[in-house]
Amino acid sequence: MIPEIGHFAIALALVMALVQGIAPLVGAARGNATWMELARPAARGQFLFTALAFACLTQAFVTSDFSVAVVASNSHTLKPMLYKVAGVWGNHEGSMLMWVLILTIFGLMVAEFGHNLPPSLRARVLGVHGLIAIGFFAFILFTSNPFDRLDPAPLQGQGLNPLLQDPGLAFHPPFLYLGYVGFSMAFSFAVAALIEGRVDPAWARWVRPWTLAAWCALTVGISLGSWWAYYELGWGGWWFWDPVENASFMPWLAGTALLHSSIVVEKRDALKSWTVLLAIVTFALSILGTFLVRSGVLTSVHAFATDPSRGVFILVLLVMIVGGALTLYMIRAPQLKGGGLFSPISREGALVLNNLLLATATAVVFLGTLYPLALDAVGGGKVSVGAPFFTATFVPIMSPILIACVIGPVLGWKRGDLGAALKRLRIALLIAVAIVLVTWYAASGNQVFSALGLGVAAWLIIGSFIDLAGRIGFFRVSPMEMVRRAVNLPRSAWGTAFAHAGLGIFVAGVTASSSWQTEQVQLMRTGDTVPLAGYSVTFEGVKELKGPNYEAIRGSFTVRQGDRVIARLSPEKRFYPAEKSQTTEAAIHTTWLADIYTVLGDKDKSGGWSTRFYHNPLVPWIWAGVMVMALGGGISLTDRRLRVGAPRRAAGPSAPPVPTGA
Amino acid sequence: MTRKRRRLYIVLLGMLILGVATALVLTAFEDSIVFFHSPTDIATKDLPKDRRFRVGGVVVADSIKRDTDGVTIRFGLTDLANTVAVTYRGVLPDLFREGQGAVVEGKLGADGVFRADEVLAKHDETYMPKEVADALKKSGQWKGKP
Amino acid sequence: MRLSFVLPIVFFASLAALFGVYLYQIGPGGKDIKQIPSVLIDKELPAFKLPPIVGRKDGLNTADLKGKAALVNVFASWCPPCRTEHPGLMLLAKEGFTLYGINYKDKPEDALEFLATLGDPFKRIGADLKGRAAIEWGVYGYPESFIIDRSGRIRYKHIGPIMPRDLEMTIRPLLEKFSK
Repeated sequence: MIPEIGHFAIALALVMALVQGIAPLVGAARGNATWMELARPAARGQFLFTALAFACLTQAFVTSDFSVAVVASNSHTLKPMLYKVAGVWGNHEGSMLMWVLILTIFGLMVAEFGHNLPPSLRARVLGVHGLIAIGFFAFILFTSNPFDRLDPAPLQGQGLNPLLQDPGLAFHPPFLYLGYVGFSMAFSFAVAALIEGRVDPAWARWVRPWTLAAWCALTVGISLGSWWAYYELGWGGWWFWDPVENASFMPWLAGTALLHSSIVVEKRDALKSWTVLLAIVTFALSILGTFLVRSGVLTSVHAFATDPSRGVFILVLLVMIVGGALTLYMIRAPQLKGGGLFSPISREGALVLNNLLLATATAVVFLGTLYPLALDAVGGGKVSVGAPFFTATFVPIMSPILIACVIGPVLGWKRGDLGAALKRLRIALLIAVAIVLVTWYAASGNQVFSALGLGVAAWLIIGSFIDLAGRIGFFRVSPMEMVRRAVNLPRSAWGTAFAHAGLGIFVAGVTASSSWQTEQVQLMRTGDTVPLAGYSVTFEGVKELKGPNYEAIRGSFTVRQGDRVIARLSPEKRFYPAEKSQTTEAAIHTTWLADIYTVLGDKDKSGGWSTRFYHNPLVPWIWAGVMVMALGGGISLTDRRLRVGAPRRAAGPSAPPVPTGA
Repeated sequence: MTRKRRRLYIVLLGMLILGVATALVLTAFEDSIVFFHSPTDIATKDLPKDRRFRVGGVVVADSIKRDTDGVTIRFGLTDLANTVAVTYRGVLPDLFREGQGAVVEGKLGADGVFRADEVLAKHDETYMPKEVADALKKSGQWKGKP
Repeated sequence: MRLSFVLPIVFFASLAALFGVYLYQIGPGGKDIKQIPSVLIDKELPAFKLPPIVGRKDGLNTADLKGKAALVNVFASWCPPCRTEHPGLMLLAKEGFTLYGINYKDKPEDALEFLATLGDPFKRIGADLKGRAAIEWGVYGYPESFIIDRSGRIRYKHIGPIMPRDLEMTIRPLLEKFSK
């Protein structure tokens, strides 16, 4: 009964989406306030029905109702409760339901908190948002109904892919979807602005918080995913340039560009059509990511079960949503007149450089991800484009950004003084150069790039805060005064500093772990000891044990530094009977300066075990840095300017009513 | 600074970045794209010895051997028409089995032995290698009857 | 209209076309990108001769497969997904399609009990005790099914259990097509 309620709730939500997608747009075009106002109750209703459907599905998972097909194929009574709940979105159908749930939450927020938006803009934003929702609800109802029943119901479920039974991964999809779907808000604002024929600083202030929130969520989501890949896949790496990873990384890159270009629109009333285009592209890449992963067009270890017929539906959705928006862009964007002028050396100039580089980097990742597909489609043979390609292209393109993003915030708007800016940053520059020289010397002069990488990291971390330190009068005024000044600085300045410094921490982690990783693969018998980067690792034997829904062989290793025991590590090989699959559980000891990573392999005929150890210097900094970046985004989000909401548009000639172009 | 001048600067900078990016992409494509070949391609075509590529096929039954060092593994990979000998040093993926499909990446040695540094086995829980079934039976988890 | 405003939609249209072409290729009955290209598709079957499961009298060899479109299913009693797909095979047999079985590395008594409990949809079954034939057929995992046309060429290969959706979307239509 409950699953039927859920199914019906989705149908009702679709009806609400139809109302929200049509009435406000027609109302706004005709200037009919009643029709425009329909958007708000429709958004509320849509949210309520979707939440109801989601609750019904959660209930089915929690009570292990195997008469529901997705529960039967993705859950099991023995599964711990956490993964029963995570199972709701650990499959294609449920994850789509979560996707639309988040979509409706964003719609609800605009409906409830968008008081300061002009009524016509709010109606159009919600209208466009409703149109997107129609597509996704139809997708769920027609190709991926999560409430399909099985008759007769099986007695036991097939379980969740054991690789996914992990806390890091359980909470990775909700964050990713918050990010992807959050960008739909920027998209709706962009399309609404194109329909209105007007983009101004007030518009940018309304778009920015949504983009920023989505960006933070996506940042957290991607880093959780990469952290999971690091400790769960047992390969010792953290980013594989796998198509699915790239699918989430492309919207992140484009979204980062959007964040920065919307600052220019807000402050200087320039780069308007570019920002609108970026908003469309960012959301397009988010849907594209879904399409690539769900359709079977690209395959990967992370992928859901794929199905080409779903791919057709998502492709049609993609064409309607993005094709429609880009057509509108072609027609209306030429009317968006640019505003403020600026010289190349200025804060705007730096932001333009940032955008050009990020856009190019996105294009390169896009090319590398889709090239095998394009070549195969024209019968050019099967190829794979792996990490070496991305290292050779992505890294050089992004490097200038690392230098520039410290200088940019120090430059003045409109016309900056590069010399003065560098003078303010001289301490950071000196320390960075010193670090490069010391590292270079310590590595006997043959690791230039690693030395440069660490130098850039120091430049980013110190340079990002040095200007703020100057502004709060570091070492010049009393501590109380410093705190007072620090609190009074705009939060967005703090946000920028944290985000850029986080990037620096990340760069340090990437540089050190890729330059000085030690890998040891060997056959070990009980009692054997092998050296590993200044430590020694002793194999103490294996034992078998039983987990709640798996059986495992656990190896015991003792890590010593000299005679001192640093850690005891127990990597496992697990076998999940319900899912009939094996996983490798690496055991990791972290010192914050390095990880010691151990993996237990297979037993050979003579009774030895093959084992693999890594010593990964500074690897924890990678995720710490990314978290600091997300924190920076969060701090920026609390800025008074965004929190209070933008003031109403300056009184002026209001835009002439424009017929809807879509 | 006029609007036209500003646009010119942006366009020039954009062209510069795009040019550099294109050059990078082209050289990277030249060096780091990994082609996929079958064991038959290796037997019949003259493939370059210094380039990395991938080979896919079925792991020949009873072909997995360990060298005395315990970590170097040798096995045959076949597409049923031809077989290529492969060596790999390291821990094999969880789903690597004889009689199952696998893809390896590495370089072809002058001796015709393929030196893999990466082994990718299909990751799909609907498969049921016999060894696993046997293990299941032994562990008493599954009796061979529904 | 300036070029820079038209470019995005042009670029997107070509991309969408590319995806369309690709989806068409991997669609039902199209090429399956997930698998290693099978050298056997559209070729003559490898010659093989399999004895019957001990206790039966049929066995399976190359000549048996000629003359009629059929589905060849590689199964084993120890493989749970094989049990999942079995009702689908029974259904196909009831509809009048010809099915052959290759029993992979199985104990005869287990195989016979499997067929006795779940039903026997197969016209003939060969026992592949050593797994030799499975390697010749290029079997990656179990279960796996092949569709052969009346001249005895492999036309399609299905990896993994045949789920109801596969049955409706690919297997039955292909069997009907090659039976004509």
